[in-house]
Order: sequence, then C-alpha cells, then structure tokens
Amino acid sequence: MINPPASFRWLRRVVLLVLAVFTLTPVAVMLSSSLKPLRDVQGPWRWIPSELTFRPYIDIWKTVPLAKYFTNSLIVAGSATALSVLIALLAGYAVSRYRFRGKKIFTITVLSTQMFPGILFLLPLFLIFVNIGNSTGIALYGSRGGLILTYLTFSLPFSIWMLAGYLDSIPRDLDEAAAVDGCGPIRTLVQIIVPAALPGIIAVAVYAFMTAWGEVLFASVMTNDQTRTLAVGLQGYATQTDVYWNQVMAASLVVSLPVVAGFLLLQRYLVAGLTAGAVK
Amino acid sequence: MSEKVIDRQTVGKEAAPKGAAPARRRLRDKFGRSALPYLLLLPALLAELLIHLVPMVTGIVMAFKQLTQFFIRDWGSAPWSGFDNFKVALEFDAPVGKALLHSFWVTCGFTVLSVGLSWLIGVTASIFTQDAFRGRGLLRAAFMLPYALPVFAAVITWSFMFQRDTGLINHVLHDQLHLTSDKPFWLIGDNSFWALLTVSVWKSWPFAFLTLTAGLQNIPRELYEAAALDGAGVWQQIRRITLPSLRPVNLVLVLVLFLWTFNDFNTPFVLFGKSAPQAADLISIHIYQSSFITWNFGQGSAMSVLLLLFLLLVTAVYLFATNRRRGEAE
Repeated sequence: MINPPASFRWLRRVVLLVLAVFTLTPVAVMLSSSLKPLRDVQGPWRWIPSELTFRPYIDIWKTVPLAKYFTNSLIVAGSATALSVLIALLAGYAVSRYRFRGKKIFTITVLSTQMFPGILFLLPLFLIFVNIGNSTGIALYGSRGGLILTYLTFSLPFSIWMLAGYLDSIPRDLDEAAAVDGCGPIRTLVQIIVPAALPGIIAVAVYAFMTAWGEVLFASVMTNDQTRTLAVGLQGYATQTDVYWNQVMAASLVVSLPVVAGFLLLQRYLVAGLTAGAVK
Repeated sequence: MSEKVIDRQTVGKEAAPKGAAPARRRLRDKFGRSALPYLLLLPALLAELLIHLVPMVTGIVMAFKQLTQFFIRDWGSAPWSGFDNFKVALEFDAPVGKALLHSFWVTCGFTVLSVGLSWLIGVTASIFTQDAFRGRGLLRAAFMLPYALPVFAAVITWSFMFQRDTGLINHVLHDQLHLTSDKPFWLIGDNSFWALLTVSVWKSWPFAFLTLTAGLQNIPRELYEAAALDGAGVWQQIRRITLPSLRPVNLVLVLVLFLWTFNDFNTPFVLFGKSAPQAADLISIHIYQSSFITWNFGQGSAMSVLLLLFLLLVTAVYLFATNRRRGEAE
C-alpha cells in the first residue's frame, strides 16, 4: 500500500494486536501452566504460577511412556515423510515434464482423493488390515507399517500437486542442456532437478511431516500399546480421578517443539512452495 | 493445472529458435512416447490404489452389507442388505436418520462460519502485514504458530482453557470482566458449538494467511505506485488491486478450507472425546460413533458414502460456478 493515512495505520495496529493475542494465548497458557505445581492448575486459573517448578517436565516421562510414544511418532512421521517426498517427486516430475495419455485423469483422481473424508477410509482400512493379518499373518493393524502406509497417502495428493507446480517454475532449458550433455532422464532428475527444486521439496517434506505428526483419527484406531503415537499418548495424563494439566501442558510443549522449530526454520520455503505450487 | 503445463509446452515449442528443434525432437522421440512417465507414476498410483481406491470401493460394498460386530473377522460373509442401510440413514423421522440430519446441519453451519471467519481474518492479516514495518517478521511467525503446532497439543490446550472451574476463559469472562453472571460450561451443552468454532477458526486462519501472503507477493509494487499517483487512497488500492489479484488464490483456498473443515475429525475428537455434545456433533464424529461405538460398520459406511456424494456434488457445483466466472472475467 502506498501513502496509508494515520487512521489506517492505527486500525492496522489494533487489529494485528488483537490477532496476536488470540493466536498466542494458548501458547502462553501452555508455557505458564507447564511451570505450575498441581494445586495451581486444579484451582481457579492464575496467569502467574504461585511457585515456579520444573517438576512437570520430569514427571511427564514417568506418568506415561512418553519416550516410547515419541520414538513411535518419529519413526512413523519420518518414514512417511521420506517415502512421500520420494514418490511425490517422481510423480511430480512425470506430470510436469512429460505428456502422456491419462495425465489429466491421473491429476484429477489424485486431487479428488484430497476431498475424501478420512472417516470413509477408516472403516474399510480397519477391516482390510484385520483381514490381511488373519489370512497372511502380516500384522498391518496395530503396526507402525500400517500407519506409515496410511499417512504416506494422506500427504501425497497435495505433495504431488505442489511439487508439479514447483517443477513447472523451473526452466525447461535446464533439462534440455542436460540432455544435450548426454544425461538420461533419471540423471537429469537427480543431478539437475532435485537441487533446483530443493525449496519445493523442503516445503513438501515439512507439510508431510506435520500431517503425520498431528494425525489423531487413524492413530487412535490403528495402534496398540506398543505402537501408540504422541497424538494418542497424550490422553494418558487424564486418569479416572485426576487430570494432570500441568503435565499435559508440559508434554504438549515438548512434543510441539520439534515441529514448530522445523516449521519456523523452513517456513520461507513453505511460502515459496505455496507460491509456485498452489497459487498459480 | 495440467492445461497450463501443456500450454507452456506448446508456447515453448513455437518460441524455440530453429537450432534447438532437433535436440528437442530427439528428446521427445527418445522418452516422450516411452513407458518412463508411467514408471515414474507407478509408486504414486500403487499407494493411491492401496490406501484410497481399494478402501473406497470396499467401503461402498460395505454400505450394502449388514455388517455388525459378528462379522468383523470375516466381513465378506456378512449378509447383503440392499439399500437398507441407506434407507435407515435417510429416514429422518426415525432416531438414526434424525440424528444424522441434525449432525449434517450442525456441520454445515459450523463449516460456513468457520471457513468464512478464517478467510476474513486471513485476508485482513495478510493485507495488514503486506507492507514492511518493525516487527513484521516476528508477527508473521507468530501468526503461523497455530498451523505449525500439532493439532492434538493445541486442541488439548484449548480444552484446558475451556474448563469450567479451572479454565482461563471463564476466569477472564466471569472473574475479570464480569461479563457472565455465572461460570458457563463450554464443553457440554449448547456453548460447545461456539467453543468448537473458536478452536477451528484459531487453527485454520493461519493457513489462509499463509496462502494469501504467498499470493500477495506476486502483485507488482508498481501497480500500487501507479494507483497512488492517480490519487487512489488505501481502501481503493485494496479494493481495486489487492482483492482482485487474490481471486485465483481464493478459489482454491476456499475449496480446500471447506473440505478440510467439513471433514475435520481431529478437533472435535480431542476437544470432546468419542462422543461430541449434541450442539457440536460434527458429521465425522457422528459416523465414527455410529460405527465404532455401536459396531454397526454397514450403517457407518452408508453414512460415509452419503457424505462423499454430498461433497462431490458441492465441489462439482463450486468448480463449475467458479470456472464460469473465471471464463467471463477473461
């Protein structure tokens, strides 16, 4: 905007302040409650802890097997992300660089799976996994593998779409120069396209990781005691008699840290990826 | 999107200098008609087939079966029930259909409000942070936090804030501002709708903000300079330059927000648990409950299929309407 008058600048300040308060209040609640003793979080709300304590951060690991859930989440989200990026890269390269029969059908099909409600797959997948387990002995239900497979496809449609868009913004001259130099398509992809598309690839990876890290529905139906992820494990702080709110908040903060840090570090890539992929 | 790709290829071909043509043709002959693109797509196709298409077909078949807990181990042997599950779901005078219809209307109202508010806040925030000022980077990062936080951690925090006796919301409303005469319940009863809406808007507007901010970066600054030179004020600049430039972004954004919000399961599930209060009984939770609590998978599948049909219809109408509008604008 050029030459905004003072009234506009004041309105802007007020609105942005209100939004910042709305956005950050839960974060402040998380932080302050995680440093409170149990009696503080069980009584009326107070902004400042009556006594500063780090106990919740120690207790969270004992009340529930948080370390195990953490490992499970890392394995599941990490594998789903790696696979999803790899598969989306191949598919995005094909969609962006080649003309082939069925291309339109492919892109439409992939994109439309984006709109299917997760609940639609939950029941059939549940039954399919159980039946595969019964007839072949391959334990998909309750295993990390089943969850990885599921999460992989959740992020795939958006990832393919975003990457194809991003690859479109990379000049074709690069591929052609590589071809003239004698590079095959795969070498071109690995040596030319991947480095040039790195921001888009990072954006997709961040998106895929966040999708998998935060998913609740499938995690709550498809896991057992051994494979439970953080999304379900955090409910363990509520017992029949008590909710350890200070521990819940401490654990929430701890499990959010890796994704938030990664996100803030990489957010400019995400905006770049969105600009190229989603905005066209 | 695919049309654009093709456009660019033809444009590139026409514009290419003569010397480049043989190399290009060689490239196309060598790979263009070969199986390579299909090989590249194969992993994606397999994954989609396995987790999306096969379960979907299974789900549709299940909807025509009388699939109760006795047939979980071998669902193929469940007896066929024809359209019975659909009939029960659509019989709005009977309890099951009545509850489904109620849940459908709640979800519609919730989605319209949530998407509308998220979009409005997202547009406002992205326009207000378009120009550089001190602290803008920090503010932008703060605005993206709800998008970055894992859903379960964020929503569990909101559920703590909404607790009747120990929560922040009632403390502020009742003890500090004296706006309510009593401490209301937020997670049960009629208020739960507003609690759910607040959390949903808090969670989704940052995505609108992120996408719209990306869209705003494509507007050349000269446009504003020219407009200002012609005497356009700030509001005119927003109305005549910013908002029209955002239209293509908006078309995709609103559809994506609609689908995500309509299908949202995570937020109500973490906020309310396995069964949501009447006033906030979103359709995903409703189907989950009809299937896993009463173990009637056939009934749940029929409801899922109906939901999918509705979403397909809305999406088709939306795409048709926006495509026509875009066609008229061009």
